[in-house]
Amino acid sequence: MHIPDGYLSPSTCAVMYAASAPFWFVAVKKVKETLTARMVPLLSILSAFSFVIMMFNIPVPGGTTAHAVGGTLMAIVLGPWAAVMGISIVLLVQSVFFGDGGILALGANCFNMAIVLPFVGYYVYRLISGSAPSGSKRQWIGAALGSYVGINAAALCTGVELGIQPLLFHTANGTPLYCPYGLSQAIPAMLLAHLTMAGVAEAVVTDAVLAFVRKSAPLPVKNSFKKEVTA
Amino acid sequence: MSENRGSWMGLWIGLGVLALLSPIGLIASGSAWGEWGADEFNQLLGYVPEGLKRFAETWNAPLPDYTIPGMGDVPGYIVAAVSGMAIIALVTWFMGRILARK
Repeated sequence: MHIPDGYLSPSTCAVMYAASAPFWFVAVKKVKETLTARMVPLLSILSAFSFVIMMFNIPVPGGTTAHAVGGTLMAIVLGPWAAVMGISIVLLVQSVFFGDGGILALGANCFNMAIVLPFVGYYVYRLISGSAPSGSKRQWIGAALGSYVGINAAALCTGVELGIQPLLFHTANGTPLYCPYGLSQAIPAMLLAHLTMAGVAEAVVTDAVLAFVRKSAPLPVKNSFKKEVTA
Repeated sequence: MSENRGSWMGLWIGLGVLALLSPIGLIASGSAWGEWGADEFNQLLGYVPEGLKRFAETWNAPLPDYTIPGMGDVPGYIVAAVSGMAIIALVTWFMGRILARK
């Protein structure tokens, strides 16, 4: 889902930076208001986790690959604004050091994976889990479904951003300048990969790591974590 | 006293295990959809879109595709996983320390 440089026109890249910027700004403000010092290691651990889980490429129908992101997981544990910050840093490091996702396209990649994904995932989770007690079945199902819907919402946005390129930007004779695949190809391709493999992987990863964090985080954190999850 | 009960160690060890297992991610061959390089476009379409060619090399990452110069794919991938996680953990930790309530 990491759009490389050259796939989006410079104007699209600028629009996507402009769309992400207010979220980054508010994220810093919100994290300042809500993050407690004892939760900081969890921010680091879940950000590092998101980075490494994205390295597990999964084969998908059609001969391409996809991966989980761990964004809804971070939104559930630390709140969606902390997830915006954490995943944005992950995407920045991936593009600067490893060339995974473009520098010009970073605004778009952050919009899809660091903003749309955790917010959609988080609110689906909240909708389903409601006020269900911590560790209840409804909470596990909410976390899994939120993860599934969140990553697919991000994949849909990516498909739209790629798919509008040949429509908007082409030479006089109609040859595409950037991503050559239109909406009718980009959206099904992105959704096929994520509705099948990556969405399921994201759901499994969220529930597995939630269980692991509940079991092995230091006790005071576990207590505040419980409160935040049920809040 | 209860402050010390349990630690983050279990979670950090979990991340280490994932780094060691990360080369599993290399088994799935092929690029992700929409992440092809210019040469792959030549095969797919017979041409490389002009603007794509122009902006594709905007930035040359030091460790492209999670490879380490002079290392094999598998050990390189593990080293890339560990270094990436270390950079991200440090950056987020510093940001968290600066921003977090005491």
